Amino acid sequence: MSSTDRRTEPDTAAPPTGPEPHVAYHPSAREYIRVGLLLIALTCIEVLLSYSSLSGTKLVVALFACTIIKFVLVVGYFMHLKFDNGRFSRVFALGAIGAFTLYAVVLLMFRVWSS
Amino acid sequence: MADAHADLVHTEYTSTGLRSTKLAMWLFLASECLLFGGLITAYVLYRGQSTTGPYPQDVFDIGYTSVSSFVLLASSLTMVLAHNAALARDYARMRLWLLATAMLGLCFVGGQVFEFTSFFREGLTLHTNLFGSTFFVLTGFHGVHVTVGILMLLILVAFSFRGSLSDDPAFPVEMVGLYWHFVDIVWIVIFTVVYLIPAPPPHGAV
Repeated sequence: MSSTDRRTEPDTAAPPTGPEPHVAYHPSAREYIRVGLLLIALTCIEVLLSYSSLSGTKLVVALFACTIIKFVLVVGYFMHLKFDNGRFSRVFALGAIGAFTLYAVVLLMFRVWSS
Repeated sequence: MADAHADLVHTEYTSTGLRSTKLAMWLFLASECLLFGGLITAYVLYRGQSTTGPYPQDVFDIGYTSVSSFVLLASSLTMVLAHNAALARDYARMRLWLLATAMLGLCFVGGQVFEFTSFFREGLTLHTNLFGSTFFVLTGFHGVHVTVGILMLLILVAFSFRGSLSDDPAFPVEMVGLYWHFVDIVWIVIFTVVYLIPAPPPHGAV
């Protein structure tokens, strides 16, 4: 497998008369492996944190920071949103941020964090 | 012939120039965020509300679940390597990575079945308490998604062997990959919220 970066057109059968096909960058296998190792390292940190002396809000904040980084890495690199057409990012963000906001409001209504 | 091609192109692409299948997949994944968001919220809402055991701290084995998480993360890596191989038109390697992804997925589901069985032996069922109900529904739904993903991967491999994938085999691999990575990011959140963040003391405990 080539380790060099290459540019490909994902929509190879794009209509000749339609809009310009979006040229996407695809990371190399080596870059994907680096991201995979980073994800495993972050998971190790999360597990170590859960066994550490940290507790309460500090622990939750540290764990969520790792989770958000992992989430962004997978969505950005493995799901190609970082390199793909921005419309896909907006569609997914609508669902992800919408769901987060909706359920955060539900949890606030039930005073989950104050109990 | 040219008209048929024009029709195909017309249905394959939206007016924005984006492939309609890919846009539909992203819309589907966005809607799945709401589904899993609801299930995770239900779990968080009822954390520490159970009046009878077993409680999370009685049954969870973080070490065991961590290994399951590593397996699922590794499967995401093999999935993206399968897509990379498909783009390079190296179909033998693509099939190899797809099969590796399916095997890792099977390991994850097998581990989940083992975990559910051990929880059941310790007296935790869907009906035991609020923790049991919300935990099994959330992780069970996720397990079903992984299982569906494994089936899609195996179908993809079978189609590839039969030579019945489209002219651009990287595209279906990318679509199945998007679904698979989504299942992975859902687990990333579940692992933190359900397993790693310590549950509050049981309801009524001093």
